[in-house]
Amino acid sequence: MAVTGAIFALFVLAHMYGNLKLLWGEEAYNDYAHHLRTIGEPMLPYAGLLWVLRIVLLVSLVAHLWAAFTLWGRAERARSHKYAVKKRVRQSLSSRWMRWGGVFIFVFLVWHLIEFTIVRVDVSGKPVPDNPFQLVVDSFQVWWLTLIYVVAMLALYMHLAHGVFSLNQTLGWTNTKGTYARAKVLGHVVAAVVVVGFLIPPLAVLFRLVK
Amino acid sequence: MTETPSRPLVHDLYFEGTPIKDTKAPNVSIEQMWTKREFDAKLVNPSNRRKLSVIIIGTGLAGASAAATLGEAGYNVKSFCYQDSPRRAHSIAAQGGINAAKNYNDDGDSVYRLFYDTVKGGDYRSRESNVYRLAEVSAKIIDLCVAQGVPFAREYGGLLDNRSFGGVQVARTFYAAGQTGQQLLIGAYQAMERQVAAGTVTPFTRHEMLELIVVDGKARGIIARDMVTGALETHLADAVVLASGGYGNVFFLSTNAMGCNVTATWRAHRKGALFANPCYTQIHPTCIPVSGEHQSKLTLMSESLRNDGRIWVPKRREDCEKDPRDIPEEDRDYYLERIYPAFGNLVPRDIASRQAKYMCDDGRGVGPLVGDFRRGVYLDLGDAMRRMGKEQLAEKYGNLLDMYQRITGENPYEVPMRIYPAVHYTMGGLWVDYDLETTIEGLYAAGEANFSDHGANRLGASSLMQCLADGYFVLPNTIRDYLAGGPFKPVADDAPEVVEAQRSVQERIDRLLSIQGTRSVDSFHRELGNVMWEYCGMERTEEGLLKGIDLIRSLRDEFWRNVRVLGSADTLNQSLEKAGRVADFLELGELMCIDALHRRESCGGHFRSESQTEDGEALRDDEHFLYTAAWEYGGDEPPTLHKEDLVYYAIELKQRSYK
Amino acid sequence: MRLTLKIWRQAGPDVAGDFVTYQVDDVSGDMSFLEMLDVLNEQLNSEGKEPIAFDSDCREGICGMCGLMISGLAHGPEVTTTCQLHMRSFSDGDTITVEPWRADAFPIIRDLIVDRSAFDRIIQAGGFITVNTGAAPEAHSVPVPKANADRAFDSAKCIGCGACVAACPNASAMLFLGAKITHLGEVPQGQPERDSRVVKMVAQHDHEGFGGCTNIGECSAACPKEIPQDVISTLNKDLRTALRHGY
Ligand SMILES: Cc1cc2nc3c(=O)[nH]c(=O)nc-3n(C[C@H](O)[C@H](O)[C@H](O)COP(=O)(O)OP(=O)(O)OC[C@H]3O[C@@H](n4cnc5c(N)ncnc54)[C@H](O)[C@@H]3O)c2cc1C
Ligand code: HEM
Ligand code: HEM
Ligand code: SF4
Ligand code: F3S
Ligand code: FES
Repeated sequence: MAVTGAIFALFVLAHMYGNLKLLWGEEAYNDYAHHLRTIGEPMLPYAGLLWVLRIVLLVSLVAHLWAAFTLWGRAERARSHKYAVKKRVRQSLSSRWMRWGGVFIFVFLVWHLIEFTIVRVDVSGKPVPDNPFQLVVDSFQVWWLTLIYVVAMLALYMHLAHGVFSLNQTLGWTNTKGTYARAKVLGHVVAAVVVVGFLIPPLAVLFRLVK
Repeated sequence: MTETPSRPLVHDLYFEGTPIKDTKAPNVSIEQMWTKREFDAKLVNPSNRRKLSVIIIGTGLAGASAAATLGEAGYNVKSFCYQDSPRRAHSIAAQGGINAAKNYNDDGDSVYRLFYDTVKGGDYRSRESNVYRLAEVSAKIIDLCVAQGVPFAREYGGLLDNRSFGGVQVARTFYAAGQTGQQLLIGAYQAMERQVAAGTVTPFTRHEMLELIVVDGKARGIIARDMVTGALETHLADAVVLASGGYGNVFFLSTNAMGCNVTATWRAHRKGALFANPCYTQIHPTCIPVSGEHQSKLTLMSESLRNDGRIWVPKRREDCEKDPRDIPEEDRDYYLERIYPAFGNLVPRDIASRQAKYMCDDGRGVGPLVGDFRRGVYLDLGDAMRRMGKEQLAEKYGNLLDMYQRITGENPYEVPMRIYPAVHYTMGGLWVDYDLETTIEGLYAAGEANFSDHGANRLGASSLMQCLADGYFVLPNTIRDYLAGGPFKPVADDAPEVVEAQRSVQERIDRLLSIQGTRSVDSFHRELGNVMWEYCGMERTEEGLLKGIDLIRSLRDEFWRNVRVLGSADTLNQSLEKAGRVADFLELGELMCIDALHRRESCGGHFRSESQTEDGEALRDDEHFLYTAAWEYGGDEPPTLHKEDLVYYAIELKQRSYK
Repeated sequence: MRLTLKIWRQAGPDVAGDFVTYQVDDVSGDMSFLEMLDVLNEQLNSEGKEPIAFDSDCREGICGMCGLMISGLAHGPEVTTTCQLHMRSFSDGDTITVEPWRADAFPIIRDLIVDRSAFDRIIQAGGFITVNTGAAPEAHSVPVPKANADRAFDSAKCIGCGACVAACPNASAMLFLGAKITHLGEVPQGQPERDSRVVKMVAQHDHEGFGGCTNIGECSAACPKEIPQDVISTLNKDLRTALRHGY
């Protein structure tokens, strides 16, 4: 769980960084998209590293989901009779929403992949352009799509805020009061960076700062 | 032991029987006794040990340590406790620490000094040979506990820290913050659980021993009730150890846990084991006072507070209701400092307790009225607060002060605390010889359940030491000698003694459930407690004790006519559990009064008003009472007193003085 | 004050239970929560109704025997044990719901009493240091740095009450387990068995049917001894090290 979570966290950080290239305009972004596919050439075939990455991500996703649902099931079995009244003291909203939030992110991800990689749909109704920059710009000019992304990012924030802390704890890096407190902060920092970073391009598009 | 009484009834209350001559201590110098006993004890071939079984009642420090050690040796051990886990035995509550003659501070401590202090602390009413052995093995206890991972307090250099405790002049008390009992018990519990995993110890939790099975004069088993299903179970073995703790709960309110009881030892007493010095009770001066009728138990505040707190009451009765902060210095009576200028607030427990009672009896007690009486004196940290500041005070006593605030709702940093004495420890218990064997062959008693080492008064931090000495080091050696004679002839499940024991337990339970009277068990217990406190508490008089005996008898009579125990026997039934315990307390209480009555001297925790010096101090009477009083159960007849004379070879008798 | 209590009553392990509502008048703020229940039980006894069964022994916060879910909070609204919770934490007219610890690894025995023997079995699996009586070296032969001794002590304060399990949304016992692992792992004497201990104890924990830990932290908020969540991290680290060492 922790390892796959960490892979995800690193991936979203990198992905967020890549997306920010949108702000530099069409050329920069498309170059980057192209560059992604040519790293390692000629040692690796075209898009080789990308495929390596995709496989790692896919395997991680399966593992992550398997672990998540196993834990979920165990928790259900560990308390088959629920309390009539149960209050929360320390648990954060984020930690409580890990499971359903995770499911939501997963659903979002499926759609996201359909939209941008696997099928490629242009929600603005225009014919699907073959250049990624255009597709992104077209899409986020549609307000409700951006809204979906904003909501997804909220879910992502929560999942990461607890997730990053949690993976530190699971990996045994929070043995002292200091490291424990730092991991808590780190969760929110990483989540905030990722989410803000992710949101800048779509919003920029929506408000026509990038065309 | 029943013989025709050598003397007529005294006060119509007891017979005097034959004295006890032999305690089975080897006849060599005190320094060599234990070595000799260990060597002389017969050995048991390791391959035979599995076939030898021992039942141990209790998983406190004494019981758990014995179970672990006998289990390690390879005997077949069955361990019983009434709680849901062995780790919860009442030893867990001990706060202060454990003594050991390590002399790590090179401040003049030694085995002999620990021995000497303990005998003197016990007001010369303990048996020299046992106490010497206790001091002798004390150092090994610390070694073992450290090896088990017990997190004792340490200095910055990584070595063990010591403090001085209980009015002795050397620092020999090892401690783990205010939770020493807990840490030691967890150590013993873990060692025992290790043996459970190894298959040598079988735990029976939520099981209460209700009867002892004696066959051919030997202890051979018990009847226990499974407190969850209500089933009565028979467990047979080659030897039985009672490590069932103290009986302070006979006073209803005490610092003991709710379930502490005398049942295990009382049942053995009824089957022939002598009960020694039942009246020796220790009353601890610094407990949180009773706040109302609802009170179920009393909480101890560590005595260490007396190092920095000053004890006082108002000089005038009219001031008792005032906010203590409004009572000016000149209207306060710092009575301990006034009466005992040399020791002041640090006088021994019994003196501090008794003086607090006098102040309250004089109408100068403070705190809420409970009934028509205020039970409390001030323990004022005001001076300490000015001297050390809040922060330092919190560092030293933070936990305690928080606990006080939680219980009373008052802030001890601002308002003087209130304290009152409470029953804390019972020095009496089953009589045992040097081997810790009772007068029933094959029945051993260890820890607070026996009477052995503390005489008439126990020094701080010495009970934990005794419990672990008994369980880890003494019993496993002496019981080995006994078991070497086994395995004994198997007892059949339908042997008459077994059937009879089963029947009597069943009958008693049925009887308790069939009375269906009008009063709850607790109401009887509370009333018994009041009688005991009033007439057999801090100060005892002939007149009071006689009255107490009468009251207890009529209360017992009413109990068996009018108690109401609801529910059934075949489920978890807490009222039924309590009823059985209270029934035994009602018998014990009478014996305590008789013992207190016959001992017309003051010694240690036993203060007879008739025996005091001109200025009100306890006056011992070595000429007439230099003995242990061991009582034989009389059934419908009065009990019989057997005296074990105390002979001091190594220590010279002295009158205690703290002025 | 006057209180309304909704208390879980269940006659035995295998029968269904339900809430029963009781009124208690004249509750004083100086009573502990359990003393308040004692008063209610006296009342029930006098009405010929069976008293409510609940566990307690020391009543001073150290034995770990007591433990109730009080209006959704393990041991109630203060950071302490149920026996040390006082009625001044409540106000006149309050309705209080009282339930037993709920976790399948802690089956209900009767009313508010549960069976926590799973904890003992976890300790049996390895929560000890193997040393026989008589085999111990002199206590001062191995110094223990104060910082380690202090952390060992802070973890060893656990009273085994089970509030952590009761409060954890996953009904996980990782705080209890982490406390023991940390206690024994911080002292030099605990090192030889460090790897095998954690592996066996975690296996037993899972076998008993406790949930897995997802680092939620409710346990440590409910713990009357304030065992910090970082002991779980230590446990995870030890487990990882042990697995790396091939256990
Ligand atoms: C608040 C407090 C603080 C103390 N502080 C100190 C201190 O600082 N230093 C010190 O040296 N001493 C101290 N003492 C005294 C000391 O703690 C006890 O004397 C000692 O722990 C007794 O241990 P034990 O093993 O004899 O019995 P306990 O620990 O009382 O154990 C009794 C065992 O017997 C079992 N049992 C009882 N009856 C039955 C039955 N009928 N059937 C089955 N099982 C039964 C119980 O389940 C339990 O397991 C303190 C005592 C109290 C109350
Ligand atoms: C159906 C989909 C998902 C579910 C049910 C889910 C569930 C969970 C749960 C329950 C945890 C907590 C585990 C723990 O603390 O031990 C977790 C952790 C985590 N998840 Fe997800 N998740 C899902 C998808 C995702 C996705 C798509 C990402 C990527 C962005 C992600 C990133 C993380 C991270 C970084 C962690 C922290 C790892 C850790 O705690 O050790 N999750 N997830
Ligand atoms: C507002 C936020 C986001 C934007 C604008 C965005 C945009 C894109 C675009 C344009 C692509 C196609 C890239 C290409 O084909 O070169 C892509 C691919 C992808 N995105 Fe996102 N994305 C966002 C958030 C996320 C999040 C939160 C996740 C994961 C939880 C994610 C996971 C992926 C994955 C797995 C791919 C496929 C990469 C591949 O082709 O292998 N994205 N994204
Ligand atoms: S960790 Fe805390 S809550 Fe859990 S059992 Fe120990 S003391 Fe109780
Ligand atoms: S609440 Fe539960 S999830 Fe883990 S951190 Fe505590 S055990
Ligand atoms: S009864 Fe012992 S901790 Fe509450």
